[in-house]
Amino acid sequence: MDNEQNRDLKVREMIQQNKQNVSLNSVTEKLMPRFLFVVAIISIITTIGIVITLLTETVHFFRDVSFAEFFTGTELSPLGSDAEFGILPLVTGTIISSTIAMFVAIPIGLMSAIFLSEYASEGVRRTLKPLLEVLAGIPTIVYGFFAFTFVTPLLRTIIPGLEPTNILSPGLVMGVMIIPMIASLSEDAMSSVPNAMREGALALGATKLETTWRVVIPAAMSGIVASFVLGISRAIGETMIVTIASGSSKNFTFDVTQSMQTMTAYIVEVTGGEAPAGSTLYYSLYAVAMTLFVFTLIMNLIAQYISKRFREGY
Amino acid sequence: MKYVDSAQVQKNMGGRLRTNQIMKILFLISTLIGLVVLVVLFYRVLADGLGWINMNFLTNRLSVDADRAGIMGAILGTLWLMLVVAPVTMFLGIGTAIYLEEYAKKGRFQSFIQTNIANLAGVPSIVFGILGLTVFVRGMGLGNIVLAGGLTMALLVLPIVVVASQEALRSVPQFLREASYGMGATKWQTIKKVVLPAAIPGILTGVILALSRAVGETAPLTVIGIPALLIPFPDSILDKFTVLPMQIYYWTIDSALVAEYSNLAAATIVILLLILLIMNSIAVIIRNKFQKRY
Repeated sequence: MDNEQNRDLKVREMIQQNKQNVSLNSVTEKLMPRFLFVVAIISIITTIGIVITLLTETVHFFRDVSFAEFFTGTELSPLGSDAEFGILPLVTGTIISSTIAMFVAIPIGLMSAIFLSEYASEGVRRTLKPLLEVLAGIPTIVYGFFAFTFVTPLLRTIIPGLEPTNILSPGLVMGVMIIPMIASLSEDAMSSVPNAMREGALALGATKLETTWRVVIPAAMSGIVASFVLGISRAIGETMIVTIASGSSKNFTFDVTQSMQTMTAYIVEVTGGEAPAGSTLYYSLYAVAMTLFVFTLIMNLIAQYISKRFREGY
Repeated sequence: MKYVDSAQVQKNMGGRLRTNQIMKILFLISTLIGLVVLVVLFYRVLADGLGWINMNFLTNRLSVDADRAGIMGAILGTLWLMLVVAPVTMFLGIGTAIYLEEYAKKGRFQSFIQTNIANLAGVPSIVFGILGLTVFVRGMGLGNIVLAGGLTMALLVLPIVVVASQEALRSVPQFLREASYGMGATKWQTIKKVVLPAAIPGILTGVILALSRAVGETAPLTVIGIPALLIPFPDSILDKFTVLPMQIYYWTIDSALVAEYSNLAAATIVILLLILLIMNSIAVIIRNKFQKRY
């Protein structure tokens, strides 16, 4: 009797405990999604944070400097009493360095992709592709060192007029850095073209080159172009290589043997100099960063649009 | 009678086949160009730097005197930075991935977060530096300490962790979840005890790759303002710090003044690349060893 009562109590306790557990569980069940939702929102807050920081300080900047002066001014001399804030020298610097980079990265990247996807045997592909991707894993500061201490001196023996800091050398090195990105993304696009299409072309008597050129590349075009656009975006945002190897002259020129400054390098120079908060110089940092942000955002959106809109489903 | 005139075929095809062969060699050469640059780069760095690496270089403080300069401070700074970046970015990244993969309904909002993360991955790192400078360094008044730099870096590498974790979670087969539900487990219990353990190798690989990106990243830290001066070793996340890439940066731009600085930069690069190599090897080992195929 006593024993039975005891057991009864125990069972009751267990049921009680179980109920508590269940209610605790249901609380976690309810809270967890909300908690994780808040965590997921942080990525959006980051974006909003970037936009708000850039916008508010850029507005301050345009109280001191007119739109017209900023976007059409060819002179940038932010220090001193008669400071000029024209962004064009930085924009040309950015465009020229990116163009040089793409002259290297697009042909070599695409040709590497063709080789890896169409010509190389499986074994060769498996060895070469990871090796190529090592290039993408090297920190940009190392490329900067390489451009400054090796490529520039080398180029100076070939091109005598080349200045110790110039836009050509970082542009070329940046191109090498972007090769694996274009090669890898284009290769993915070309590999996803179904074999039946290649076989169709080969059966009609086309050579491998003709098959690649007339069938595979047109079919993979959206992925290939998207990889080019992403490469350009990467080149525009690249900082350390140009900061180290291209110097800080704010030349408005198209002569690649000269030192030029990109938007990114300007930001490094101004923050490194500890610009006093509240000065026009300080706000110019945000105006330039805003321009850079818009440039790269547009590029990324274009890339996303291309790869979504023109993707061929097989 | 012959249906095929082989001479004619030879005449027509010969040129095309030759072009094919020539182009094949050209394609091979361009693939090798990247690798040649890689070899030259490694050779260059090793030739300049290897001779300068010794115990003193690894354990000394910074010094303007090239013979006595060491990178202990930068190594410690890098470690402290990782101590902030790793937990923050794992917490945010894995949390976001779980929400997107397990909880969020497929729809506008989910694809909005997804697009946002893709765009965040494309924002230049220097812009993150400006965000860090404005929000953490000045806005919160933290100053240029490890915590401010770490939070900035954590946000920068967040998209890498999110995308890798999402892929890992997606590769956990549905039947594992269903088995767990069948046993009476709730959704969170299933995620915690079944899905996450199955996905952890993939997630860890992504986290390590994200950290190795943070170890090599320089631009955001130049914006935050890492001093080039001789500062004491950091002892906590609230101390000022420097990291290996920053040290390489200062030594490289000053190599015009003191030639030996270029060797010091190269030696630091060797150490940095060694750290990255170790981290990436760990990632590869985890991926190969623990990843199950269902």
